[in-house]
Amino acid sequence: MSVLLESLVELIRRTSAELPDDVNAALVRSLETEKKGTIAESALKIIERNIELAKRKSQPICQDTGSVIFYVECPVGTDQITFEETAREAVKEATKKGFLRQNSVDSITGKNDGTNLGPGAPAMHFHQHRSSELAVRLVLKGGGCENVGAQYSLPAEKLHANRDVDGCRKVILDAVLQAQGKGCGPGILGICIGGDRATGYEFSKQQFLRLLDDRNPDPQLDALEQDIFKTANELGIGPMGFGGKTTLLGVKICAANRVPASYFVSISYMCWAYRRQGVVLNANSEIEKWLY
Amino acid sequence: MLQLTTPISEAAIRSLKVGDEVLISGVVFTGRDAVHKYLHEGGALPPGVSLQGGIIYHCGPVMMKQPDGTYQCTAAGPTTSIREEPYQGQIIHDFGVRAVIGKGGMGDRTAEACKDDGCVYLHAIGGAAQVLAECVKKVRNVYFAEEFGSPEAIWELEVADFPAVVTIDAHGHSLHREIMAASKAELEKRL
Repeated sequence: MSVLLESLVELIRRTSAELPDDVNAALVRSLETEKKGTIAESALKIIERNIELAKRKSQPICQDTGSVIFYVECPVGTDQITFEETAREAVKEATKKGFLRQNSVDSITGKNDGTNLGPGAPAMHFHQHRSSELAVRLVLKGGGCENVGAQYSLPAEKLHANRDVDGCRKVILDAVLQAQGKGCGPGILGICIGGDRATGYEFSKQQFLRLLDDRNPDPQLDALEQDIFKTANELGIGPMGFGGKTTLLGVKICAANRVPASYFVSISYMCWAYRRQGVVLNANSEIEKWLY
Repeated sequence: MLQLTTPISEAAIRSLKVGDEVLISGVVFTGRDAVHKYLHEGGALPPGVSLQGGIIYHCGPVMMKQPDGTYQCTAAGPTTSIREEPYQGQIIHDFGVRAVIGKGGMGDRTAEACKDDGCVYLHAIGGAAQVLAECVKKVRNVYFAEEFGSPEAIWELEVADFPAVVTIDAHGHSLHREIMAASKAELEKRL
């Protein structure tokens, strides 16, 4: 096994079996917030036990090991073709080892060949940068939370949502309401205001690379993030939609330019099993440090 | 915590109400999108599988084949149930199902079938694949693995003390409907 292959298999293992520290801390805080003796508290206790077990046994936190999405920041001149081939090999290997479920289905024939490889699987995003560092981030996004993602086109008359920040607020809170129970809450929202249909969703997912407790450098977006977070947690939806105080663990919003005719708000939902991890690789492709 | 052991009687099901936390022991059969579509289209259960007084679990587990040919279940949380809404009521009725385990709740047609036929919807904790896999004591058998693929197959599981919450009971109550109505009202105050 090449060093790069080994490093990527380890990245997949750790992403699938261990939640990052910021997510763990947020879940611990939410357990303290919920009323004792409620089913919301029971649910969070099971979640906590599950996180501990998965880590100890090096097994998937959730059986839906999700869409495998790589974000690679690489120096100019990196051989992206070889990197992608190795990443595909790593996915296949991680599936054999049980870090990933046989989770990729041919959409037309319905066949699952058990490798997790196919058109678009895994998804690869490369970004060149001026630094000499090679950073690989990985998000495993389950289908339950992916299914409750939503894209609104403003104005949305039924929701009285116009083409302004208040309109964005209305559709985002509607998405929270509609997602209840289904996306394995408490959840995290990644949102893009603007863009076209494809980049809107793409940028909304990239928000999941941010730390839960960071703050948006744009004051208007920061205010909207704080407002949505506070309001959503007052709705009484709670973990798993059982009722309770913790509906969201975080809200992350970015904006992209749009054409005058379009005004999309794209909302991706991440479940509590927020599997994101990342590594910086050294010149020998060994893991130099973990990013989360 | 209430104990629920398969096969389950109608009386035991009718005694449950929304909000009850239960521990399930006995045999459960996994079945998700492909299985529900197949049964709804008139497909027969494979020989050896009976859902009479039994439990369907909306789950696509991670299974590792052992050298001796048996399987070990290494992750087994619930999948989102609402996708089976077009099929579930009919399947509860036709096959005598007493409980459906899943996540996210189901709609009015399933709630109606629960009331008419004596069935409940049990909400497991989504994403808790390890805690729930520990409750799987034995993988007894697998059906349709070739046709539907591993996550979509019918897995016959022996479980002990599998935790879940009754969110749709056999009396027409649904926690999902209640929380939706209450949270909608709260949201309207804040718009």
